[in-house]
Amino acid sequence: MKFKSVFDIIGPVMIGPSSSHTAGAARIGRVARDLFGKQPTWAKIHLYGSFAETYKGHGTDVAIIGGLLDYDTFDERIKTAFEDAKKAGLTFEFIPETANTEHPNTARIVIGDDKQEMSMVGISIGGGKTEITELNGFPLRLSGNLAAILVVHDDRSGCIANVANCLAKYDINIGHMEVSRKEKGNMALMVIEVDQTVDENILEEIGKLPNITQVTRIAD
Amino acid sequence: MDVLFHNVRELVDRANREQKLISEIMIEQEMLITGRSREEIMAQMDRNLTVMEEAVEKGLNGVRSTSGLTGGDAVLLQAYMKKGNTLSGELMLDAVSKAVATNEVNAAMGTICATPTAGSAGVVPGTLFAVKNKLNPTREQMIRYLFNAGAFGFVVANNASISGAAGGCQAEVGSAAGMAAAAIVEMAGGTPEQSSTAFAITLKNMLGLVCDPVAGLVEVPCVKRNAMGASNSLVAADMALAGVTSRIPCDEVIDAMYKIGQSMPTALKETAQGGLAATPTGKWLEAKIFGGAVVSSGN
Repeated sequence: MKFKSVFDIIGPVMIGPSSSHTAGAARIGRVARDLFGKQPTWAKIHLYGSFAETYKGHGTDVAIIGGLLDYDTFDERIKTAFEDAKKAGLTFEFIPETANTEHPNTARIVIGDDKQEMSMVGISIGGGKTEITELNGFPLRLSGNLAAILVVHDDRSGCIANVANCLAKYDINIGHMEVSRKEKGNMALMVIEVDQTVDENILEEIGKLPNITQVTRIAD
Repeated sequence: MDVLFHNVRELVDRANREQKLISEIMIEQEMLITGRSREEIMAQMDRNLTVMEEAVEKGLNGVRSTSGLTGGDAVLLQAYMKKGNTLSGELMLDAVSKAVATNEVNAAMGTICATPTAGSAGVVPGTLFAVKNKLNPTREQMIRYLFNAGAFGFVVANNASISGAAGGCQAEVGSAAGMAAAAIVEMAGGTPEQSSTAFAITLKNMLGLVCDPVAGLVEVPCVKRNAMGASNSLVAADMALAGVTSRIPCDEVIDAMYKIGQSMPTALKETAQGGLAATPTGKWLEAKIFGGAVVSSGN
C-alpha cells in the first residue's frame, strides 16, 4: 500500500495550488537537500510529463526551490523562494524535458556546490505524496510500507556490518535491505527499510562510522 | 504491517461486525500503523480542521489569484443567499460557496488542507461547514467527519488513484465528492452501508471527468468543479439516506474509475493540452498570463 496514513489523504496542510505539483514538488526538493546534507549552491532541475507542461501554473518551480531551501509544504516563504534563493547564494535552472517517464510527475534534481554533486529522481504520486526512485544513478526500490534510511558509503569491507550493528544496538529491526554500487571500491548505497522509528541521534551515530558519506531518513 | 481494510467491502463489514462507526475503524487503523496514541491522532486532525475553517473564512471575505482568473465568487454566492430566494436551497448553496471559498484561497497560494488533493480541497470542508449548521455536531463529530472521508480516500488512493495527472479530475474531485458524501451520511446518523452507497452514487456520476486546467493553473475549471462536487455529494447522501442503493458495488465503481483513468489520453490528464485548456479562450488566457504568441483569440 502506497498510502499508509489517513493524513496522506486528509492533508498535508500546504500552500496552494496543487498537492502533487506544489506540495509534492516542495517535498521532493526538501528530500534532495536532506540527501545532499547541506544547502547546494547550484541546481539543475529537469521536469518531465505533467510537471514539464504545467510547472509554471502550479508553482512547481518555486516549490522545488523552496524545498531545496528546507521549506516545508505549509511554509509561506515558498512564494518568495526565488528571491530567497538568490539571497542564499543558490543559482538554479529549470529544464522542461519531452522524454516519456514511467510516472507523469517526475523531476530529476541535480544539485551541488564547489566540492560535491548529487542527482536524484523524485515522483509525485498524488495528494502530496512522493517517492524517490533514483539516487546518483542507483535505482531505489522502496516498498513504501516501512520507514527507510539511505546510507551513501564507500565500498569497503565492514561498512554494512557496522551499520547493521548500530541499528541492532537500538533494537531496530531491518525489514528489507539492498546494497548497490557502481564500481568495485567506489561509491555504494545501502537502502534499509526498518520496522521502528530511527531517531536523529541514531542517524548521527551511523554518520560518524568509518567510510560513511551520508545518512538520510525517508518515507516516515 | 497489515491494515484493517483493503477495500470498502472490508471497511463496511468490519464496522458492522464490531458495531463501530467507519470513522472509528479509520482512527484505530491509524493508531495501529503509526503506533501513535488516539489523543495525538485526534489532535492532528483537529489542527487540519482548524486550517479548513480558516481557509473557508478567508475565502468568504474575498480573495483573488495572481492570474486574476478566480476569486470573489464565494462572496457573490453568500450575498445571493442572503436575499433568501435561492432555487437549490440554502444548505446546498452554503456548501457550494464554502467549497468555492476554499479553492479560491488555494488558487491564491493561500494555506489549505489537501482533501485528498489541493485542487479538490473544497468539497470536504465545504459540505462539512454547511451540514454543520443543520446537524449541530460536536467538535469530535466534525473531526470524525474527516476520518470517515479519509477512510474512503485511503481505499481510492491505494486501489485506484487520487492524482489528476494519473487519473483525471474524476480521481480528484470525483474522489473528494465521494468522500464527502460518505462522511455526510455518518454525521447524519446513516449506516456504514449507506456511506458506501453514497460514495458509489457520487463517483458514478463523476466518472470520466477529465483534468484540463486552463494555462495549467488550478483555477479554471477546478474551482467550479469543487462547487459541483459538493452539490453532487449532498444529493447522493440524501439518496443513500432515503434507502436508494447502488446496483454496482462501491469497490467496482472505484475500479471502473481507475480503468477509465488509465485509458484517458495524456492530453486530458493535467497537461493543459486538451479539453477546456485547448479551447480558443483557454489558449488566449494562457498567452495573456504567461506571454508568448497568441495563435488564435477566442475573444
